[in-house]
This record gives sequence, structure tokens and C-alpha cells, in this order.
Amino acid sequence: MASVSVRAGGGGGRGLLARPTATDGFWSWFTTVDHKKIGILYGITSFAFFIVGGSEALLIRLQLARPDQNILKPSVYNEIFTMHGITMVFLVVMPLSAAFINYLVPLMIGARDVAFPRLNAFSYWVFLAGGLFIYSSWFLGGAPNGGWFGYAPNSVVDPSRGMTFYAIGLIITGIASTVSAVNLAVTILNMRAPGMTLFRMPVFVWMSLVVQLLLAFSLPIITVGLVELLFDRRFGTHFFDPAAGGDPVLWQHLFWLFGHPEVYILVLPAMGIVSEILPVFSRKPLFGYQFVVFSGIAIGFIGFGVWAHHMFAVGLGPVANTAFGISTMIIGVPTGVKIFNWLGTMWKGDIRFTTPMLFAVGFVAMFVIGGLSGVTHAVVPADYQQTDTYYIVAHFHYVLFGGAIFGLFGGMYYWWPKVFGRMLNEKVGKLHFWMMLIGFNLTFGPMHILGLQGMPRRIQSYPASLGLDFWNLVSSIGAFTIALSVLIFIVNAVSSFRKPKGMEADPWDARTLEWSTSSPPPEYNFEEVPVVHSLDELWRRKYAETEGGRVVPVVAGGSGTQEHLVESPRHGGGHGIHLPGPSYFPVLASIGFPVLGYGIIFSWPLAVAGVVVLLTGLYGWALEPSAE
Amino acid sequence: MRKKTRLLLGAGALLLIAAACAPNATQSSLDPQGPYARKSYDLFVPVFWVAVTIFVLVEGALLLIAIKYRHRKGRDKIPPQIHGNTRLEIAWTILPALILAGVAVPTVTTIFDLARKPAGEVMNVHVLGHQWWWEFDYPDQQIITANEMHIPTGIPIYVTLCSVGSGYQQGIGAPSDCQPGPPDGQPPAAVGNAVIHSFWVPELAGTQDVVPGRANTLLLQADHPGTYTGQCKEFCGLSHAYMKFTVVSQTPDDFAAWVRGQQADATAPTTGSLAATGMNEFVNGACIACHAIQGVEDPNGNPLVQNGGPNLTHFASRSCFAGCMMPTNEENLKKWLDDPPAVKAGSWMPDYGLTPQQIDALAAYLLTLT
Repeated sequence: MASVSVRAGGGGGRGLLARPTATDGFWSWFTTVDHKKIGILYGITSFAFFIVGGSEALLIRLQLARPDQNILKPSVYNEIFTMHGITMVFLVVMPLSAAFINYLVPLMIGARDVAFPRLNAFSYWVFLAGGLFIYSSWFLGGAPNGGWFGYAPNSVVDPSRGMTFYAIGLIITGIASTVSAVNLAVTILNMRAPGMTLFRMPVFVWMSLVVQLLLAFSLPIITVGLVELLFDRRFGTHFFDPAAGGDPVLWQHLFWLFGHPEVYILVLPAMGIVSEILPVFSRKPLFGYQFVVFSGIAIGFIGFGVWAHHMFAVGLGPVANTAFGISTMIIGVPTGVKIFNWLGTMWKGDIRFTTPMLFAVGFVAMFVIGGLSGVTHAVVPADYQQTDTYYIVAHFHYVLFGGAIFGLFGGMYYWWPKVFGRMLNEKVGKLHFWMMLIGFNLTFGPMHILGLQGMPRRIQSYPASLGLDFWNLVSSIGAFTIALSVLIFIVNAVSSFRKPKGMEADPWDARTLEWSTSSPPPEYNFEEVPVVHSLDELWRRKYAETEGGRVVPVVAGGSGTQEHLVESPRHGGGHGIHLPGPSYFPVLASIGFPVLGYGIIFSWPLAVAGVVVLLTGLYGWALEPSAE
Repeated sequence: MRKKTRLLLGAGALLLIAAACAPNATQSSLDPQGPYARKSYDLFVPVFWVAVTIFVLVEGALLLIAIKYRHRKGRDKIPPQIHGNTRLEIAWTILPALILAGVAVPTVTTIFDLARKPAGEVMNVHVLGHQWWWEFDYPDQQIITANEMHIPTGIPIYVTLCSVGSGYQQGIGAPSDCQPGPPDGQPPAAVGNAVIHSFWVPELAGTQDVVPGRANTLLLQADHPGTYTGQCKEFCGLSHAYMKFTVVSQTPDDFAAWVRGQQADATAPTTGSLAATGMNEFVNGACIACHAIQGVEDPNGNPLVQNGGPNLTHFASRSCFAGCMMPTNEENLKKWLDDPPAVKAGSWMPDYGLTPQQIDALAAYLLTLT
């Protein structure tokens, strides 16, 4: 256990606190700067929020299961659907993707950690602080109730404190994401192992890089909007008030200029995961690697030019609507390229339908539906009917659940043995997959019909006279089916820890570097920094092509005995490898943000205290002695 | 056994299809009843079938590949490591782009088509979005009504949409530019918050947002006489779900009759009746702070002025009230007068603590206002 002692100076240098040393045990999780532990923290936290956000979804479906119900009164319903959106976007899919990116990127590029390990810990703690800050609003005067999109002026004039919590909370989580975006982009660009050129990087790393750049460029935009919203609410400014020369549509531009790249921030990591899983279980390289990478980059770029397709009904005029309708159609092209290349990857393969593969194929199948309904939105006059109806709800759940969540679950099944040294049960996993697939389609498929038949979004109830009961009931049944499938996953995850640790390094016969080190990897990742000679480096070490084009194992005895290819930690034990030491300061500094946030809402002295905590943390951090 | 399962599955599928196609959805964009709604629909349907075709092809290919190339027991030959094919890449970049270009052409022409004010005769209606009910002002006919919009069949209705609330003007002359009102407030100001709403009658037209400070416009038209429901589509606060309205389309003759009826002053109740007591309560109570009834005077002999609440001159002629949350009848009206916020969350009409006698009298009076 780490001991806390104040040192006046000398020894390892001048600092507020001696550097903690523990690398295992409960308290080490608070001071760790190991990208793998931070990845696990992101994973656990976002999964916990997934349970909460999912429960909110179940409450929504309970309320809408029958017409004219009043299980949740309007004020509560509005809080629940707002929090469901905020939770799933900012506290589930983003950090769950961050979990994978944190854990895997250094391993995939042959690095020992990220570029700025303490900053990485700081990102996690600030994200957690922001999430808890937003959720504390339930107990401090009401949760946000103006939708995750927080349209002004409704978000400004609402008398409860909810939307102030929304503005400050999202600024805090935005800080976490911005910091981590810079950190990970630098890591990918600067910390690649020798020989790991950009075009030898796994597609997941590429997609991670694109996502970090999207974050770095889009988060400042919403931060401007959130600060203006906070000022309108707290200090009586009039950014969005037309009576004082402001403009409510300004908020929508700022929000969606962030909000649409955000969609790709949510889905590109899952696309990266799928691009890793499909080749491994098809036993073929990714079809058209360069095209998949370039289409990912193209999606990232064009993603900044389509934001007003969320605003076709706002009244921007026919010219703007035409421009954004066409740019939206254009973004369908690189998306299609990805899908065709995934099909090409499976074509002529030797496909093993393991659970991760099922989820990856499920992703492709469901994402196609989300993509196609997306094209129907780009047909602007058709969107005049579809916008703000359940048709839209159906569309983006096919993208973000059928897409992102399926991809992320596939990733969990795929990398579970690497991270925890144990397999998830395959039979239970398949049950989970099929149940989730059926539940998902039952929930969101009917919403296409509901939307076209005239059911607007965000309504607390609908009258029986609209004739919408049947599909709403089906949808609610589907939602509870999904819940059951998640429960099955939890059982699977928990019971995996009852098995002994003893996973081989490369249980799937995979292609990328993270599988060349032990499962779980040692703290220092690789005994020796790997030297990379090609794309799919690990595969190249295991297999060679004969003159006749046959693929044969390099090592006599086949794919089972590649023990010596694995950088085993047991031989050297990692002595002499320099690793960054743990630190108290990231967690300390992060506490400053929510304190400052509460201060802005409740009392100025508290805000000052928050700033003091933050500055103390940063000061101690800057002057922290090294571990030796 | 297998046969039975198949039969059951088939029956289930048929039931689902029947339920999906059952014409019981009464506010459906799939049932256009006028040329403007039909323009959206006529564009959606072919695009939908293009999407279905692509869906079948792609999912079919996925399924075929999954079955054909699945791992078979005993196979240990590693498949050839194909890295890609540039010709294929070019093909599946260009082909979707061409399909999308084909979709884009009618899309663009329809966007401009829908945005153009028609050259011929149109009827102007100002639609004001309040929290949470709709006001319909007819500037050419000098009519103010709420919750139920009447239109003649066969001519385009040119709707100007304004969001109003505290600080905004209300009434026939006001909404030409939808700007917040001058301080001296002529005509008087609305109550509640001016927030974004969205005006939607799916059977007659697509959506148009109602944005504070902007005068958005929308064209709608009905082919035949009928009743169509609509509702606010953009989240606008507590009772967003209960901000509905009805559009009644009538033959030009019937519409002209309706206009004459709406232009008339309110009928005075017979002396000594319960309704007369109600009128007395109305004029001497808090009602006139917000509501106007044309032809009725306040205790000082001035005409009533609409000041935030719906104009009630022909209240009982409307099929529904309170943002069409409820049909207009005695029971609902009494429930409403007793405690509006208990009926409709966040209602800007407060609970005035009326006695049952007052409620009976007011309800009786209001129901005479046909």
C-alpha cells in the first residue's frame, strides 16, 4: 500500500508529496498511470453508466408501452430521456471506446505506455468527476431536462438547475476528452515501435487517431456553446435570446458542428474494432486496407460538413438545405466503401463464428440498415416528415447501438482474454449475441414504422386514437429482451473470473502485436520493443507464403506452438525497463473541477476552493519528484 | 413438428404485416392528403425501395458469404491472403455515388419547389406557438382562434409561423416578422416562454420549426374535406407531448360559413340562466386578465383584450381545448377549471381556487360560446 508522507525537499527532488510506489492493491488504482489499468477503469466506469442509462431506457419503454399512461409524469419523463441521451453518448459509448483505445493502442503500436501517462490518468479522473457531477443533479434540484441536445431558449428558461448541471458537467467531461485526444494523438504519431509506419498500423489505431483529431477539433465548438449557455443561465447574458439580439439558432449550429462529428467519434472506434475482428476470424487480411483507412479519414473530414442536416426544418432556406442534403449523401460513399471491404474480407475466408465474430458481423448487418435509413434523411423533403419522429430514433439506434454497441461488445469478447487472462464462455456469449440481436431489432425496427406513422420524439405519452399501440408494445418487449441479454453478459463476465488465469498469449491466432505479449500483458507491455516489418506483423511472424501461394506456418508443428514468438515476461521479469511512476496528483487535480462546478451553482467561496484544489494538484504535479 | 412450427411462424409473420399495414394510424405521413405532403411522400417511396433493394443485396451477400465460407470441421488449409482489388474498390465507390446522384436530382428540385410561394391565390394564416397550445390568426378574415385550424380545400395555405411568449406580441397584426414586441406592447404580450416549437400535420405537409425571432413559412393544402391531427414536434418543455391541434378542411362554401360564424361576436347568454352567472364570473374574475371574448366588455365598459391566453369567442365551436389535450365537453372543462396544472403539467393558467358553483357557471357559459 502506498504511504502518504509530506516531504520538505531533498531526496528525489522538491515536491508536495512523495511519489506513491504501489503498483497493485486497491489504492494503486487511484494513483496508477498504467494505460492498461486506466483502460480497465474506463471500461468498468462506462459499463456502470451503461447499466444506469439502460435502466433509464427501460423506464422510457415502460412509460410508452401502452397509450395514455402516466407511470412517469412529464417532468420526470423529460429528465429521464435527457439523462438517457447524455449518459449513452458522453458516459458510455465515448468512454467505452476510450477504454479500448487506452488499453490497446500502445500495445498495438509496440509502445510501453502513452506519451503522457499522468495526463492519461488525469483524463480518466476528470471524466469520472464530470459524470458523477452530472448525476449528482438528481439530488440537488433536478436532473437536466432539456434533451441531450439542450436546444435554447428552452434550455435557458427552464427554472430547474438541471441544465446548469448539463452545461458545467459537459464542459468537465469535454476537458477530459480534449486532454486525452491530444495525449493519444501524440502517442500514435510519436511512440510507434521501430518499423511501425503509419500504413503498417492496425485499422483500429488509424480509427483511434481519426477520432482523437475529431475530438480535438469538435469539442472546442460545443464548449463555446456550453459556456454561452452557462452564462445565459447563470449570469443573465443573452446569447440565445432574440428579444435581446441573441439567436436561438446559434446554439443549434454550435451544438451540431460538434454533434455530428461526435456521431463519428462514437462509431469509428467500433468500426476499427470490427476491422480487427473480421480478418482474424476469416483468417484473411483486411480487404482493401488503404481504402478502409482512407474512407475512415474521409468520413472524419466530411463529418464536419454535414451538421445542418440535423436542422432541415429550422428554416435555413433551400440553398443551405440543398448543400447539407448533398454533403450528407456524399458521406454515404466512404461508409459504403467500408461495408463492401468488410464483405470482401470475409469473402473466400475460413470463417469461424466465435462470439466476437458474431458481434462483428452483427455490426455490419445492423449498420447497413442505419446507413440506408440515413440516406433517406438526406432526401430533404422526406426528412421534413421524418425529422423529430421515432424514425430518427430508429435510425440513430441502428447506428449507435446496432453499430457502436455491437462493435464494442465484439471487442469485449475478443480482447477479454488479453486483458484478464481468461476467456468469456463462448456458449453463453452466443446466447447473449442472439438475444441482443433479436431484442435490438424488436425494439428499434418498429420505431421506423412508428415515426412514419406520426409519432414524434420526446413525448411523454400518446393517445390511443393515433393507432400506435401495437408497435410501441413490441418495442417495449424488445427493450426488456435487450436488458435480459445484458444480464447474461454480466453473468458471463463475472463467472469468467472464477476460472484460473492462464490464457495463452494468442488464443485466436490473431494478426496484430498486442497478441504477441502475454495475457494479460506485463506492466511494461513488451520485454523488448518489437521491430515491425509489415502490416499484420504477428501473422507475418507465424505464417509464410510458399512459391505456389499456399500459406503455411513458419514454425514446424502448426499454429499451436508459437511459444517462442511470444515475448514472455517470465524470463527477464522486466528489470531495468523504465516506467513512469504512479502519482497522486491527477486524481487530486481532477477533484477541483466538480468543486468549482458546484461553486458556480451554489456558492462562490466553494468555487474558489475548487480552483485552489485544481491549482494545488497541478502545482504538485509539475514539481513531482521522480520515483527513484 | 417442423411443419407446425413453420405454420406458426408464417401466421405470426402475416399477423405482423397485417398489423403494420392496418390503416389505424390516424396521423401518418404515409397517408398524404394534399399536394405538399404528397411531394415529400412521392420522394420518400422510390428512395425507400432503392434502399430496400440495396438492403437485400448487401445483407444477402453477407449471408451468402457467411454460409459459403464458414469454417468446416477438419479444414486446416489457410485461405489465400487476398489484400484487396483496386478495380473492385473503384467500382464500389463509383456505383453508390451514381445512385446517390440519381437520388439527389429530384431531392434538390423538390426542396426548391416546396420553398417557392405559389403564384396563384393563397390563403394566409399566422400560426403562433405558445407554451403549450397553438393560436391560428387569419389576417385577411380578421379571425383569431386556437387549437382548431380551419382551411378551405383546393387552395394552398401559406402559413407564417411565430413562437410567442413573454415579451412577444400576440394577435392578428403582430407576427409579420415574429419579432419581440415593443415595450408599449400593442397588441398585448403573450405569457410563458418563447421557445422553439415545430408545426406538423403529416397528412398535409412536412414539418417547419417555429423559432423565436424568425418568421418561418410553410405551405399546406388538403384535397378533400376532412379532419387531420397534428402536433408540436420539437421538444418545448414540460407539456411538449400535449401541444396538439386539429386541422379541419372544408369545401370553400363551408369554409366561408365558418368564417362568418367566427367573425361574429359571441352570443350573450339568456338572462337569469346559469350561463349568465358564468359570464358574470368571467368578466369580474381573473379570466379577463388573459382571455378575450369578442363582444363582451369588462366592468369598466372596455372591450376584453387577449393577453396570453387563447381567445375564447367561439370556444365551444372547437372540438378540443388545452392544446387539444382533451375534447371539448362539460366534464373535461370542469376538471380543467378546477386545477389546470394538475391536468396539464406546467400550464401557465394557474389554479384559481374556484368554488364548484363558480366552475359550474363558468363551464355553462363557455359551452354557450359556439
